[in-house]
Amino acid sequence: MNKTKNGGYAEAQRVAADPKGVDAGAHFMDGDHAIAEGGLAAGCRFFAGYPITPSTETAERFAERAPEVGALFIQMEDEIASIAALIGAAWGGQKVMTVTCGPGFSLMVENLGLAAMTETPMVIANVQRGGPSTGMPTLTAQQDMMQAKWGPHGDNAIIALCPDSPQECFDLTVEAFNLSEFYRVPVIILTDETVGHMHEKVVIPPADQIPVVPRNNYKGPKEDFRPYQFDCQGGHPMTQAGDGYRFHITGLTHNERGYPAATAEQNKILLTHLIEKINGNADQIIRLDEDQIEGAEVVVVSYGITSRIAVKAMQDARKEGIKVGSLRLITIWPFCEKRIEEISSQVKAIVVAELNYGQMVREVERSAAGRCKVISVNSCGGAVHDPQEILDAIRRAAQ
Amino acid sequence: MFFNNLKPLHGNVYVNETWCKGCGFCVQFCPTNVLDISPGYNAKGYHPPYAKTPERCHNCLYCQMICPEFAIFVKGDDECVKGETNQ
Amino acid sequence: MSTLNDIAQFKQVSPMSGILRMERMPHIWCPGCGIGSEVNSFAEAIRRSGIDQDKLTVISGIGCTGRVAGYSNFDSIHTTHGRAIPVATGMHLANPKLKVVVFSGEGDLSGIGGNHLIHAARRNMDMVVICNNNFTYGMTGGQVTPTTPGGAIASTTPYGNYEYPFSLPFLADAAGATYVARWTSVHARNVTQAIEEALARKGFSFIEIISPCTTLYLRRNRLGDGVDWLQYFQENTVIKHGCDTRETAIDYQGKIVIGKFVDKQKPTYLESVDKRYVQVVGDDYQLYGKTVPEREAEEKAEQERIAARRAAALAEPEAGA
Repeated sequence: MNKTKNGGYAEAQRVAADPKGVDAGAHFMDGDHAIAEGGLAAGCRFFAGYPITPSTETAERFAERAPEVGALFIQMEDEIASIAALIGAAWGGQKVMTVTCGPGFSLMVENLGLAAMTETPMVIANVQRGGPSTGMPTLTAQQDMMQAKWGPHGDNAIIALCPDSPQECFDLTVEAFNLSEFYRVPVIILTDETVGHMHEKVVIPPADQIPVVPRNNYKGPKEDFRPYQFDCQGGHPMTQAGDGYRFHITGLTHNERGYPAATAEQNKILLTHLIEKINGNADQIIRLDEDQIEGAEVVVVSYGITSRIAVKAMQDARKEGIKVGSLRLITIWPFCEKRIEEISSQVKAIVVAELNYGQMVREVERSAAGRCKVISVNSCGGAVHDPQEILDAIRRAAQ
Repeated sequence: MFFNNLKPLHGNVYVNETWCKGCGFCVQFCPTNVLDISPGYNAKGYHPPYAKTPERCHNCLYCQMICPEFAIFVKGDDECVKGETNQ
Repeated sequence: MSTLNDIAQFKQVSPMSGILRMERMPHIWCPGCGIGSEVNSFAEAIRRSGIDQDKLTVISGIGCTGRVAGYSNFDSIHTTHGRAIPVATGMHLANPKLKVVVFSGEGDLSGIGGNHLIHAARRNMDMVVICNNNFTYGMTGGQVTPTTPGGAIASTTPYGNYEYPFSLPFLADAAGATYVARWTSVHARNVTQAIEEALARKGFSFIEIISPCTTLYLRRNRLGDGVDWLQYFQENTVIKHGCDTRETAIDYQGKIVIGKFVDKQKPTYLESVDKRYVQVVGDDYQLYGKTVPEREAEEKAEQERIAARRAAALAEPEAGA
């Protein structure tokens, strides 16, 4: 693990969650509701959103819980305004979140770029549905994987997490807030309609068992205040309006003081920082769920709901004697290049199952760099895979 | 007599010639025509204003308010107190 | 009279010191642009208002006027194009103790950001929106905007504008703004007074300031320079306080109705939230850990401090003759 001068993410200061937002106990709830509960548990007290199927339940849950928790929910006029309000509220001192799906996410990417540029912490859940355009509002897909990363124009880096169950929707939303606060970066929960609408048992631990990275506001002398530090690391303090530091933030290429400085040199410093604070610390950010990779001849790479379908295919394959391992991506972005690189030199083939026409498979192919076969099990979305499709691919891979 | 013998206020105009972009607002809209365009140029090639009749400045601050360059300000004379009369 | 060309000294003694980020001067606006004059009025209004300057936030969109946030020495955000109002909404709701001012242009606020403008007005969101209306998109080279008068030439209407323009006071009024005023940049005292009133009140305040864009709108329409247009403002504006905003349309080089058109009270967004949630949760309803009476007490104490600061500011001789 890289040790940075600010300490790494693992060593970041954590405190117990505010019990007000924690509805501790065992619940039977869907993924959308679990995302709202995760946000409240992590200390999010401001939610601006716009209704869109299949994500609306998160907004509804937050709106319902807001008065008792002392949080504020506002339904904005559109998704553009929703994420813009998050930027304002984050600099106003709150932890903030919103939820949407593809069409709304398309509107949000403008200010997702501003949030990445201004290093504004926020959590955005994208409960993916079939696309393009209006597509299939009530049916599942995983077609926004690349949009999450490359949606905003210009180079930037964000973090994206992919839960495969309502329980993980809760857990990863808390994790998303912690990452977002530490790295001062928008974090995207890339779930899908199936997980969003799937009811399962969700256990919310008591507040003192939920470690939360608190907002770290600058408290030092005014003359030393800088809204940014371009050192390719996380762990830098935020500031909040009203504390007297008179910050300026802009979407223009800026210096550490926050002032516009649109030169090639400054852009290099800024961009390197924005990208390397995430990619350079990928080891600390990335979480993977691995199973029986040691000695496997085939590894199935999957994420979200698809990983639960893949389990059945892998069980069947093992009955046939095929040594198959599983790599479930919990962190989508930054991508686990190194792990794929290692795996690719040990196995015959990697099978990538996903509910799109082939998105993350490109990343796997790039990282495997020809060291093994990469077989894509695509789907156009609308329904989850038939496990047989994945099993067939595993069989082909093992040959 | 000036408004019940009130002593007119007097101000001193300070011009930052470097920042002036020569729009002429201060010269045109000074209610007492204190300012005029100077024949000289600043580094940008504009003609900054100068106080042709400084004694006529009543410290109304209009030039300061209208100057888009924040290049003029007026300081009131300490000897002139608002509301003082000539008697 | 003196010239004060020692820049370091000028920056120190200028009345804009503390209000503007003097290290960023001189600014990028063209000779004869009206935005600088408006910023002077804004500064004077802030000084006179007595508000806590550490609690003032200036938020701008994109464009020439969008640069105001960057030059203002307050907590400030230069947002994406058109998004100043929703960012300000978030800022205000995250910390209701802040005074949030949006300072942007008419293309930003009523074109790309038009939806946000009407919805913030509809909600009576507590903020001051100052709209510099110069009838053109200046930063991109003089294109037609939603307020460009019919017939006026812009780079994208080279044969004259054939669209129907917005009258912004009418739009803001219809959408629910509780304070609506229009002045021009030559009406420095009135602009100051309007901003001062807006800073002192609660609710959505919309102040439109008609202003010259010498480089693009005036030059392209052969309307002379900044001085010519300020004279046009002096000669062709009609002050009609309380005027029905339906009568505030602007024709090309026609009369411009100015004044304070709307000034009324109704609960702000947050007041409505509080009222509703107290009904639901009871008197111990809290927002961000504070009950309504606690927040009201804080606000009352702040109002007293504002009154004291205001009295002190008005007693200073610089307050103007």
